[in-house]
Amino acid sequence: MNDIRFTIDGKECLGKPGQTIVEAAKANGVYIPVLCHFEGLKPVGSCRICTVRVGGRFMAACTQPLIEGMAVENTAPDLEDMRKSLIEMLFVEGNHLCPSCEKSGNCELQALAYRYQLMAPRFPYLWPRRDIDASAPLLMLDGNRCIQCLRCVRACRAKDGRKVFAAVDRSHRVKIEVDKKLAAHLSEDQARRAMDICPVGAILRKETGFAVPIGRRKFDRAPIGSDVEKGTGR
Amino acid sequence: MTQEKEIVLQHPKDPSALLDVIRDVQTRLGHVPEEAVSRIAAHLKLSEAEVRGAVTFYHFFSLTPRGASTVYLNDSITSRMNGRTAVARAFEEEADCRFGEVSPDGRVGLSSTSCIGMNDQEPSAIVDGVVFTKLSPDKARAIVRGLRDGTPASGLVAEFGDGANQSSLVRAMVSNNIRKRGPVLFGPHEPGAAVRKAVSMTPEQVIDEVKKAGLLGRGGAGFPTGLKWEFCRREKAPERYVVCNADEGEPGTFKDRVVLTELPGLLFEGMAVAGYAVGARTGVLYLRSEYAYLRAHLEAVLAGLRKEGILGKRIAGSPKFSFDIVIKSGAGAYICGEESALLESAEGKRGEPRDRPPFPVQAGYLDRPTTVNNVETLATAARIVVEGAAWFKAMGTPKSAGTKLLSVSGDCARPGVYEVEYGLSIAELLDMAGAPEAKAVQVGGPSGTCVSKAGYQRKICFSDLPTGGSVIVFGPDRDIFEVVENFMEFFVEESCGWCTPCRAGNVLLKKKFEKVAHGKGTEGDLRDLEAWGKLVKATSRCGLGQTSPNPILTTMQNFPELYEARIQKGRDFVPEFDLAAAIQDGCAAANRRPACKEADHE
Repeated sequence: MNDIRFTIDGKECLGKPGQTIVEAAKANGVYIPVLCHFEGLKPVGSCRICTVRVGGRFMAACTQPLIEGMAVENTAPDLEDMRKSLIEMLFVEGNHLCPSCEKSGNCELQALAYRYQLMAPRFPYLWPRRDIDASAPLLMLDGNRCIQCLRCVRACRAKDGRKVFAAVDRSHRVKIEVDKKLAAHLSEDQARRAMDICPVGAILRKETGFAVPIGRRKFDRAPIGSDVEKGTGR
Repeated sequence: MTQEKEIVLQHPKDPSALLDVIRDVQTRLGHVPEEAVSRIAAHLKLSEAEVRGAVTFYHFFSLTPRGASTVYLNDSITSRMNGRTAVARAFEEEADCRFGEVSPDGRVGLSSTSCIGMNDQEPSAIVDGVVFTKLSPDKARAIVRGLRDGTPASGLVAEFGDGANQSSLVRAMVSNNIRKRGPVLFGPHEPGAAVRKAVSMTPEQVIDEVKKAGLLGRGGAGFPTGLKWEFCRREKAPERYVVCNADEGEPGTFKDRVVLTELPGLLFEGMAVAGYAVGARTGVLYLRSEYAYLRAHLEAVLAGLRKEGILGKRIAGSPKFSFDIVIKSGAGAYICGEESALLESAEGKRGEPRDRPPFPVQAGYLDRPTTVNNVETLATAARIVVEGAAWFKAMGTPKSAGTKLLSVSGDCARPGVYEVEYGLSIAELLDMAGAPEAKAVQVGGPSGTCVSKAGYQRKICFSDLPTGGSVIVFGPDRDIFEVVENFMEFFVEESCGWCTPCRAGNVLLKKKFEKVAHGKGTEGDLRDLEAWGKLVKATSRCGLGQTSPNPILTTMQNFPELYEARIQKGRDFVPEFDLAAAIQDGCAAANRRPACKEADHE
C-alpha cells in the first residue's frame, strides 16, 4: 500500500496506512508525549496527554489513525499548555510523593512533569483517600499513585485469558483492582511485567526494591522523549 | 444448591450475559454478594475483578445490601425545585436512616439517583422498579410504612396516570402530560403502514427518502439519519444491526418516555424500516433501567406486531425481509446514552465509550455495522416513509426540517411534552408552557445552554439552539448558582472516569465553581473557570466531557452580572478555606470560647 503523506507542525512526514498519529510521528523522529499508550497494546486514549490539533479539532494522537494530507499541530503553545494542565491534573487527583516512591526516575509521569517544567500545579490538591492492596503474594497495588492508564488491565491476563486487573466503580472514584484469586497464582515473570508496564509506582513487585539507585535510572540518564527526538527510538 | 448458584446457572455461559445475570441477582437478593460474584465469574469465564467492575459501574447494582426494598429518589434540579428536600427528610425520618444507608431493620434502603425522566411530575422516586411521582413528605412516609408492613411497592400505587399508563401491563401513576400534539409523531398513523410502504420500495429508495426529508438525529447530535443508514448499508458484513437508543438520561428530558408509552408501535415500525434500509435482521431496543416499568407493555406490543406480521419472518408481505426486535436493559448510567457506551453496555460490559474510528456504522453491536438511532428519530422516520419527504420538509426551517418533541419542566404552568415545529422561539415556547416570568431557560439539559431573557428570541433548531428535548424553566426567584452546582454534581457523578479531563477536570471545575458560588471568588477565579472549562471540553474523550463545562460556561456568558455580583472585586486572592470561621466552628463544637475574635485573623 502507498505511504500516507502528512505534516507535523509543517514538517513533511510519511506514514503507513493503519498507523496512528503517535506511531507515525515516532517513525518520523517527532515526539508526541504519551502516558497511557504502550507499544503493542490497543490504545485507549485515557490520559489525553497526546492531544494534538488537526484542522482546528482536538484529538488523541494515540487513537487517531493517519489520514492522507492531515496537518497535525503538535507543539503550539496552547496545546503544550493543555498537556501541562493534564499532567497537573494527574498530580493533584492522586497522591504522588516522588521522593519516597520506588518508581522515581523510572516514572513516566514524573519524567513528563520535568519535561513540561511543572513547578506548582495550577489546580488545588484533592488529597483523596486511596487504598493500598498488598494482599497478592508478589505484588502490591498503591492506589495513591494510579493514573488510570489501563495498561495493566490491557496487558496482564491469566493463562485462560481472564483479566488480572480491572477497573471498578466510576467517576472520580474509579480505581484499578487486582483479582485476588488470579493474583495468587501470578508467576515471577507476570509480576515483573505488571510492574514494568505501570508508568508510575502503582504496581510494585513486593520484597525487592531500589536495585538501581535513584540517579542512575532511566529518566535520570536521558529525559523522556529524547530517544525519539534523537532518532534512537525504535 | 445455594440461591446464588441457582440464579447464575439459569443464564447462558456467555460473557455478553453478564449484566443480565447481575440484574437477576440484584433483583432477587437485593445486592450482589461475594458468593454471587465468584459464581458469575466462574460461569462466564471472567475474572472476579471484571464482574465487580461491571457491578460497581451501574447505579442500580450494588455489592452491598441496599435493603429489602430500595427507594431511589430523583436528585434533578427540578425535583429540588419542587420540594425534594422535605420529601428526602421525611424518607429519612420514617426509615430511620440517611440516604446512602439502609434502615436498622434492613427493610428499606435510601439512595439518591440522577434524573429518572419524570421532570414534569417531581419529586419522583423509583421503589423496587415502581415509579412514584409528585411526592410529598406525607406520601414518602406512607411508602416507607407500607414497605415496612410488607406491602409490595406496586401495592402502594393508589391511582394510575392517563393513557397506556392505566393498562394492566403498566399500571403506573405516571402522567403523559402531552400538551401539544403535532402532525408528525402524533399525526394519524395506520399500524403497519410504514413497514408495508418501506418493503414496497428498495432499501436505497427508503434511505433516499429519509435523506431528502432532511431528518437529523433527534437525540441531540443532529447527524443526518439517512446518511448514517447509507454508511451502515455500505459496509460489507454478514450481519448488521439496528439499535434504538431509549436511554434518554439528559436531566429534564422525558419525551421518549411518552413515545414508549403511547407510540411504541410507531417506534418499532421505525426500527423495522431502518432494518430494511440498512439490511439488518435484528433490532435492539436499549431501554434505560428507569423505564423498566414499561418493559412488559413493550414486550406485549412486540408480540402483537409479530402476530400481525409486521415483525418476524418475511414481514408485511415481503418475500425476503425478516426482522425482529429484542429489548436490552440499562442499569443506571447517563453515559450509556452515548452511542458507543450504549453498545458496550448492550454487550454486557461497563458502559465506557469506545474510540472512533471505527464508528458504530462500521463496527458497532457485536462488532457488526450498526445504526444507533434515538427513539424519536426512528418514530419520525416511520412517518416520513409513509407521508413522504416533501410533506416533512414543509415543516420546520430549511436546515431543521420537521417537528421536535420537547420535554418542558420547571417553573411553568403546563409542564409536559410538546411537539413543535423547528424554528419556534423560546418566547413562544414559554408562552405555550405558561411561564411569563421566566428568568432563565436551560435548553438541551445541563449539557446544553442556559439562556437569559436577552436570548428569548433565539430559535429551537440545529443552527441556533439545538436540543435533545430537555427544556427546564427557571422562575424569577431561582438561584442560578444552585442550578449550576446541581448540574456539575450530576456530571461529576456520571463521568465514567476513563479519561483525565472528565474524571479529574469536572471535580476541579465543580470545586472552583463552588468557591465562586459561596462568595469567595475573585476575577482570577472566573478566568480559571473559563480556561479550565475550555480545557475539559477540548481534551475529553467523548461527548460527556466535551459538554460538561457548559453549565458554567454558558451561565458565565449569559449571566455575567450574576458572577460579577458574587465575586470579591478588586481582591487578588481570597482563600477557599475560611480559617476564622473554622476556628469559630471548632470552638463551638468543643464548647470553648475562641481566644481571639474573628477580626484578629484578617
